[in-house]
Amino acid sequence: MKKSLLALAALGLGISFAYAEDMVVKIGSVAPLTGSISHLGKDNENGALLAIEDANAKGIKIGGKSVKFELMGEDDQADPRTGTTVAQRLMDAEVKGVVGHLNSGTTIPASRIYHQAGVPMVSPSATNPKLTQQGYEGIFRTIANDIQQGSVVGNFAVKGLSGGKVAIIDDRTAYGQGLADETEKAVKAAGGEIVAREFTTDKSTDFMAILTKIKATNPDVIMFGGMDAQGGPMLKQIKQLGIGAKFVTGDGGCSPEFIKLAGDAMSANAFCTMAGVPLDKMPGGKDFNARFEKRFGTGVQIYAPYAYDATMAIINAMVAADSVDPEDYLPELKKVSFEGVTGNISFDDKGDIEEGAVTVYQYKDGKWDAM
Amino acid sequence: METLLQQILNGLVVGSVYALVALGYTMVYGILGLINFAHGEVLMIGALSALTTITSLMGVAPDLPPLLLLAAGLLVAIPTCMTVAFLMERLAYRRLRGAPRLAPLITAIGVSFLLQTLAMIFWGRNYHTFPQLISTTPLQPIDGVFISPVQISIILVSALLMFALVTLVNRTRLGRAMRATAENHRVASLMGVDVNRIIALTFVLGAALAAVAGVMFASNYGIAHYAMGFMPGLKAFTAAVLGGIGNLAGAMLGGIVLGLVEAVGAGYIEDFTFGFLNSSYQDIFAFVILGAVLIFRPTGLLGERVSDRA
Repeated sequence: MKKSLLALAALGLGISFAYAEDMVVKIGSVAPLTGSISHLGKDNENGALLAIEDANAKGIKIGGKSVKFELMGEDDQADPRTGTTVAQRLMDAEVKGVVGHLNSGTTIPASRIYHQAGVPMVSPSATNPKLTQQGYEGIFRTIANDIQQGSVVGNFAVKGLSGGKVAIIDDRTAYGQGLADETEKAVKAAGGEIVAREFTTDKSTDFMAILTKIKATNPDVIMFGGMDAQGGPMLKQIKQLGIGAKFVTGDGGCSPEFIKLAGDAMSANAFCTMAGVPLDKMPGGKDFNARFEKRFGTGVQIYAPYAYDATMAIINAMVAADSVDPEDYLPELKKVSFEGVTGNISFDDKGDIEEGAVTVYQYKDGKWDAM
Repeated sequence: METLLQQILNGLVVGSVYALVALGYTMVYGILGLINFAHGEVLMIGALSALTTITSLMGVAPDLPPLLLLAAGLLVAIPTCMTVAFLMERLAYRRLRGAPRLAPLITAIGVSFLLQTLAMIFWGRNYHTFPQLISTTPLQPIDGVFISPVQISIILVSALLMFALVTLVNRTRLGRAMRATAENHRVASLMGVDVNRIIALTFVLGAALAAVAGVMFASNYGIAHYAMGFMPGLKAFTAAVLGGIGNLAGAMLGGIVLGLVEAVGAGYIEDFTFGFLNSSYQDIFAFVILGAVLIFRPTGLLGERVSDRA
């Protein structure tokens, strides 16, 4: 035991000697690594990690020194308070850029801390419009926001599914509520009627009570703003209650996990929308998924490619500025433009991704199929 | 009308699970005065160990009838949970029996975190699909009211187990020893009751019920996850307090009442408050009821009947 510890220590020393000449640059990654959506959190972290490893393999030089990027992964437990605590921890550890957080609810309060510290943050998955409306410099996202997504969901429900009566459920998180609110606006704008607006939590498994209430309003379409862990079981219970309505959910439900959890309740009546384009239609999607699976032993859940691009955006900006100092590379990050895994990555003046496309998917043959 | 009936049915199903888990809280409290916050985690371990058993059996022998698979799952889940509860009592709580009340309470919260983390390491972070071996295809006993066989079996199995437990506590020698220990450890041991054994047995019995509750819960919703024990654990604890903690009949009544209040509350809170409150207040609604009951009956609904404490 002692011997192996010694050996380990020697190994550690060896590694740090080997890189003694290099400049170590820490990049933070924050996502929930415990709790009910930790599968998505790990997915994000792995996406960022893959980008870091790729960048290190390239042997990037900044300011004349070769750079070794290091990922500092933190767990925010999808909890806003923990989110600000770990954000502070990252700032104390002097990370040069942050990829995260996963949830809008944690990203918005944490963004204030990054803003004050002057460290750029790129979220791969926080879609709540408020994030980039705070007027903070250095806050970006690589995914389309809920205004874009909600208007697609609402329009699709009314026109695409010819659903005049729409029932909306959200999970009371910043993400779920934001998406549901935008959908509600779009449904009304498209001439549809909101027959029910119900609420649950991001920890619930039983939705029978609110679904029973919705059933009495006889909707054509049920829309859920929330994650796959709730959406899957919800669809099952919709079937159990004999509700014939079509089901639409946002990007939080556009995962293989959702299909697994909904089981035999999946049918051509289930739809989801997702910012960006599908994995197999992303310019580098197929190749990315294969490399991801080889490296981590599991396929992409949802946001890993966006986390990869977010990390690459930061690294590319550092290279362009020839500096890892946030103050120097932030102007470069604002005008970054490159072909990422998910498509062209460039930001508008608020920090939202430009050309944030939204795709509608329908369940077909065991998977989400882009329409 | 169908909507109300459906809501009552929804409430009964959820309430049965709460009641079964609440029994574990209340039995331990009755005997030790300890709130075992790790009890919800026992439910989770029950569901996940049954899942592992069922999926590995399905891999080996895919032709086994579903009910046999479910029975095998239960046969593994129950002893696993019993062992976990036994170790929990032996290693964490027994040493703290004479300590101030706060120490075991904090320990219980610690045990809960520990079990969750161990389960996360062992079963991973992802949600698992729990095979729904009892059919979930809804039946329509009354036009417009749906209930699936799995829900019917939840109500029946819970009722049966609760009846069995009450019989055990009130009619058997072991039950008498449990009641004696609940009254007074010292006197009970003077009367020849092995108090340590009885306390361990109480934990183990509660764990067996939680294991069954876990398997039923997972079968109903078709999912299992390392954090799944938290919510039902919290709700069952609330149910135990609502019914009068330490009281067996109270835990059962509390569970059913809480389930019904939640379902009916979620369904009708908007009508009750003329649109002022909506279903995002469904949990608050349940806790307002709890608060009201505790103001007028500080010992819970059935709290004063100390005679069948166990």
